[in-house]
Amino acid sequence: MHLSDVIPLRFRINGHQRPALSRWHVGNRQLAQAVSLAVVAVVMIPIVYLFIGALGAGQEGLEYLLRARTARVVGNSAGLMLATTVCATAIAVPFAWLTSRSDLPGRRGWLVLGLAAMVIPSYLTAVTYTEAFGPKGMLQSLLEPFGVDRLPGIRGFFGATLTITFVTFPYIVLPTRAALLHCDRSLEEAGQSLGLSRWQVFRQITLPQLRPALSAGMLMTALYALSDFGAVAVMHFNAFTRAIYLQTVSFRMDKASMLALLLIGLTALLLALRSWMRHRGRHYRVGSGAERHLQTLPLGKWKLPALVFCAAVVFMGVGIPLLALFKWLAGHIITSPINVSMTVLARNTVGVSAVSALTVALAAFPLALLAARGGTRFNRWLVNIAYAGNVLPGIVIALALVMFATRNMLGIYQTLPLLVVGYAIRYLPFSIGATESAFAQINPRFEEAARSLGLSPWAALARITLPLARGGILAGLALVFLNVMKELPTTLILRPIGFRTFATRIWSAYDEAFLSSIALPGLVLIAVSAFALAIILRREDLEG
Amino acid sequence: MSVARCSLLLLAAGLFCLVVSPILADDVLTVYSGRNESLIGPILAQFTEDTGIETEVLYGKTAAVANQILVEGDMSPADVFIAQDGGALGALSAADMLHKLPDATLSRVANAAFVSPEGHWTGLSGRARVFVYSPEALEEQGLELPNSILDLTDETWSGLVGWAPTNASFVANVTAMRVLLGEEETASWLAGMIAKGVQAYPKNTPIVQATIDGEVVGGLVNHYYLYRFLAEDPAITATLHFFPGGDLGSLINVAGAAILKTTDQPYDALALVDYLLSDGAQAYFSQSTFEYPLVDGVDPSVDLPALADIETPEIDLSDLADLQGTLELIEDSGALD
Repeated sequence: MHLSDVIPLRFRINGHQRPALSRWHVGNRQLAQAVSLAVVAVVMIPIVYLFIGALGAGQEGLEYLLRARTARVVGNSAGLMLATTVCATAIAVPFAWLTSRSDLPGRRGWLVLGLAAMVIPSYLTAVTYTEAFGPKGMLQSLLEPFGVDRLPGIRGFFGATLTITFVTFPYIVLPTRAALLHCDRSLEEAGQSLGLSRWQVFRQITLPQLRPALSAGMLMTALYALSDFGAVAVMHFNAFTRAIYLQTVSFRMDKASMLALLLIGLTALLLALRSWMRHRGRHYRVGSGAERHLQTLPLGKWKLPALVFCAAVVFMGVGIPLLALFKWLAGHIITSPINVSMTVLARNTVGVSAVSALTVALAAFPLALLAARGGTRFNRWLVNIAYAGNVLPGIVIALALVMFATRNMLGIYQTLPLLVVGYAIRYLPFSIGATESAFAQINPRFEEAARSLGLSPWAALARITLPLARGGILAGLALVFLNVMKELPTTLILRPIGFRTFATRIWSAYDEAFLSSIALPGLVLIAVSAFALAIILRREDLEG
Repeated sequence: MSVARCSLLLLAAGLFCLVVSPILADDVLTVYSGRNESLIGPILAQFTEDTGIETEVLYGKTAAVANQILVEGDMSPADVFIAQDGGALGALSAADMLHKLPDATLSRVANAAFVSPEGHWTGLSGRARVFVYSPEALEEQGLELPNSILDLTDETWSGLVGWAPTNASFVANVTAMRVLLGEEETASWLAGMIAKGVQAYPKNTPIVQATIDGEVVGGLVNHYYLYRFLAEDPAITATLHFFPGGDLGSLINVAGAAILKTTDQPYDALALVDYLLSDGAQAYFSQSTFEYPLVDGVDPSVDLPALADIETPEIDLSDLADLQGTLELIEDSGALD
């Protein structure tokens, strides 16, 4: 299993066959369909309520949407998305290549350190970058002897791009590296024997083979850039999520809803564009014979620059955040007068993340079954809708759920169940993706054999399918757990009164500029996240 | 580890964590606070200790919290709303969501301008808009102190002024300009400031810092931020300028409190509001925030011009409710780009 399978895009490097529907027991299928319908109904709630909210704006709202300022917000978000995707790719591809195909010393260590940037929430990275590169930050104090007494600062487009680039490049490294390790070596050898230079081989043979993996990773980055709230809020960059936040803050749910729908439209457009572009061309192996073990390419005189490059990437991704956090931890800056026990924070964060991860896994299970086994058009639609979380940023889901909960007398407003539902809608795609790919790799004939030997459909599922799909399900659990722990806007908006997590604590300490009160929760959050990431990566083929 | 065992373990751990989280009792007073926890938390803890009334608090930005109450409507669990700005209180008052406060409570505030005319909310502390500046930089540039906030669009101030266009106090100040000058003049003032290269900052503190660092000559802030810097470093020479003659730049806003109509604990809620107006709480606010206390007999903790001596524009603070209109005006001016 590779993380490219876990990444919540309906995408496979090697195509897999979907077994015919008739092979799958009808009773199971109907149950899976019924449960899936219920899950999809919940996923639809935010979209329905956004439309209701947006209709409230009426004519005035339409005029608002058509103003030049709205166009500028669209431009800002699109610009941020393009810039981060380009930058992250430019970093990730050489990084993936160096850690998979070259004789870089300690490449496995570099890889793990590079990927560790994934566990640092964007708002934390952004806050530490403002400390490091701010007008009077760490970099400035290093340059002080050279007469630099202030730097221009990095807030705005540059800071937001820098932050999101370094929190998302691992999402490109992982699938790219997996593809590099498994792409057809014989083609490259053929190219070389026909007289192509190394660079020509990479450009003309390797790169085209990487395209599906690369585009999956780039799409993840692009989606992240569109939906991220923490980095743009800290960097004061007027992207969509911040504009939506400013609307909710200024008494206007209707305009916030309209902006949210526009953002969803933009994201959906991106996904449509990608699904139109994919599968143009063949990228899997067709030759006979086994995959060949890859030889590593010697770097020669490039070894030193390569090491410097990897060190710089790791330094930006995890070095600066950790340095700044330790600096704050050790520094004698004013701490917040409010002491919140780390135990309470850890208990709340881990508790709500664990329950959410399990809820998501349970909700994803029937949908993943349908996706892998029940290939009717209706089922495909159900699964596609369940992927809505991909286009619904946390702040949008939270906004809609507040409207939902306050307009229905369900008594769920400001309760943990509503918070869990918010997380679940957002991260359902992660779990479906991982579970589906695990199911798809199981030969349905195993189940049939078990059935023919007298097991009930349920027993066959529990004793054959589930154990075989274990890896994918666990990776999905860990991925959802990791992301819920870091999630900021959903938690801020939907949490019960007085319910604090690491994320909300970091945010309020940042907001009140109690930097040393950020340090401890930040470091603990990173440590717990690293543990979850280790579970995910354990299944990843990090050798090679 | 099998999936089933791992899931069970995770479920057990998760539920355990959540179940042992404190279960909130029904008779807890729910406070929505637009003021920081570091400020409100200690005084509420003291309140609970003195009265035995437990509180739970939702913290957020004033406008966000007011918005949340508006969206929650009749379902709002809030009993008391503590705001950083009279406009937000005015918005809830206009939406008819606030209880009328008894005269005994309202009359604690010495100046009737700092309570709601309808008696829907009371001010707790005063915060003056000022121009913080560095006298050295002023002299170096050969500038004179401006007589009005409107003079800052003058060519001589080009690139030398700082503001925080999304800061709630600034937004309230611009709202006051809209009320007293009208939309067009306010818009042209904003445009003039931007045309003259006003420096934008995320909030007040960095403006004061930039003034101290000499990055700008001065900036539009609330009066108390400078005193926080002075408390850390008394050698700072930056000082405050109150625009004279009832100028729009000298608006005095309040932080205040109100009781929600939907409260199920009106007496506990009133006990809290009265507590916040007590001499002890007023002294606490003035010492920890350097804001103006509003009740007679409690003096500011720092050497400030007396509140009564500041010539402020004549305005009903409840009229500053239309923050949305102001934000749009600011957004349209290009100040956020």
